[in-house]
Amino acid sequence: MLKKILIANRGAIARRIVRACSELRLQSVVVYSPADIQAPYIGEATEAHPLTGNASKDSYLDQDQIMSIAHKCRADGIHPGYGFMSENAGFAQRVIDEGLTFIGPSPKWLAQMGDKVSARAAMSEMGMPVFPGSELITDIAEAEAFAQREGFPLVVKPAGGGGGMGMQVVHEKAQLGQALRQAKAIASKAFAASGVYLERWIEAPRHIEFQIMADQKGNAIHLFERECSVQRRHQKLIEESPAPGIDSQALLQQAQASAAICAKLGYDNLGTIETLYTLSGEVGFLEMNTRIQVEHGVTEAVTGLDLVQLQITLAAGGSLPTQVKREGFAIEARLYAEDPETQFPSTGTLNVFRPPKLFAVRVETGYQEGQVVSQYYDPMLAKIIAKGTTREQAIGRLLIALKAFKVQGVRTNASLLMQVLQDPAFLRGEVDTHIIQRIQNEKKTGKN
Amino acid sequence: MAKHNIESEVTGNVWKVLLTAGATVEAGDVIIILESMKMEIPVEAAVAGTLVEVLVAPEDQVEEDQVVAVIES
Repeated sequence: MLKKILIANRGAIARRIVRACSELRLQSVVVYSPADIQAPYIGEATEAHPLTGNASKDSYLDQDQIMSIAHKCRADGIHPGYGFMSENAGFAQRVIDEGLTFIGPSPKWLAQMGDKVSARAAMSEMGMPVFPGSELITDIAEAEAFAQREGFPLVVKPAGGGGGMGMQVVHEKAQLGQALRQAKAIASKAFAASGVYLERWIEAPRHIEFQIMADQKGNAIHLFERECSVQRRHQKLIEESPAPGIDSQALLQQAQASAAICAKLGYDNLGTIETLYTLSGEVGFLEMNTRIQVEHGVTEAVTGLDLVQLQITLAAGGSLPTQVKREGFAIEARLYAEDPETQFPSTGTLNVFRPPKLFAVRVETGYQEGQVVSQYYDPMLAKIIAKGTTREQAIGRLLIALKAFKVQGVRTNASLLMQVLQDPAFLRGEVDTHIIQRIQNEKKTGKN
Repeated sequence: MAKHNIESEVTGNVWKVLLTAGATVEAGDVIIILESMKMEIPVEAAVAGTLVEVLVAPEDQVEEDQVVAVIES
């Protein structure tokens, strides 16, 4: 078993991993950039070591600095969290080559699933439904041929991407050339690979994902689904489980099929299979995330399992939990430091920052009162997860928690989150990826 | 001829400068793209006219409400 884990991350997930380590009686090591020096988890970890720069490449993406700290403090495992180096196959391999345990899937899965074209191919071959898509596109003629075959609208995606970065939706042939150029430009700046490919564009889909957990002996189970359709700029805002307003039997079958595919592949540790559902219930594979998700707490709330602890024990060769059951309803909101109207990020000092302490409500945050919210990292301030015996109760609790969460010093998206939680269609379980846009349009035109 | 200051709405870094002084702009044209909190924030021309000054360069740090460009209309 592992003894000392270095956490190559920051914010809420760094703090979450520190806690999991303490509960497993493991030592934890956090690293922090100058901008993060006031973070609460620095005092909560067994050890804390400074990084030299603020920009991600000079801090949480700096492999040399992080590995040197890991060796110096004699850590035997590295937890990458989410974002940063969590899906970097090269880093995972380096961790292993230097004699430490990488807390995540084997590097080959990070590589295969990180390339969206090869992930689609592997999944499709195993019987996973996929929407029509192209191979890597090298020139406009190939793109036009695909468009001819599949029609519009379609979407140009960076093969090495994720989280919607660099995606370009194309509605007509005239836009295709420009969209290809833009997607390639963003892909080459933001991702390791500059390749792009095309997919059929589903206009207002539901985004539903399946939590998978696998051991190193070829066994895999699912921990049901999470509904993640409430998004802005392809980033999730609200997630829940079970998914409302959709055939639950069909979802269970898809979850079981997803787990069976991962077992057959020989996948290990945690993973999430993201899918899109059309209004008529047609499903297609979107991507597989080879790490813990931001929204893992939703699944923890309904299964009672500790996903971060399980990640650590599975990476050390441990077994899967038996008799997994789902109970009740859980819903999470992501509180962002951003203007609720323009959605521009908002930096500043958290003069007031008081997370609520309420029954059946869990708050995960890497911030505390007095701390500076800097421009260098993503704008998530906190995740608030509420549980209930009914969906209505869980939503009600989340709404109260958002009202009770006092933040001053930066603007937050709390008012937007509360609008969604009171939206009649949302309450009926009618969600799709355009819900935020619709709510904001209604507000502008005075309706509602 | 009136001068219009174009201000940054966020604290961040300059990622790209798309237009140079002398360019003719329409309202809504993107002059600069900033990066803050892992987001790309376009700075747009508020009015049509001539871009007379761009006050920042790539990698520069900008503060909220800082003037980053000037348009003459």
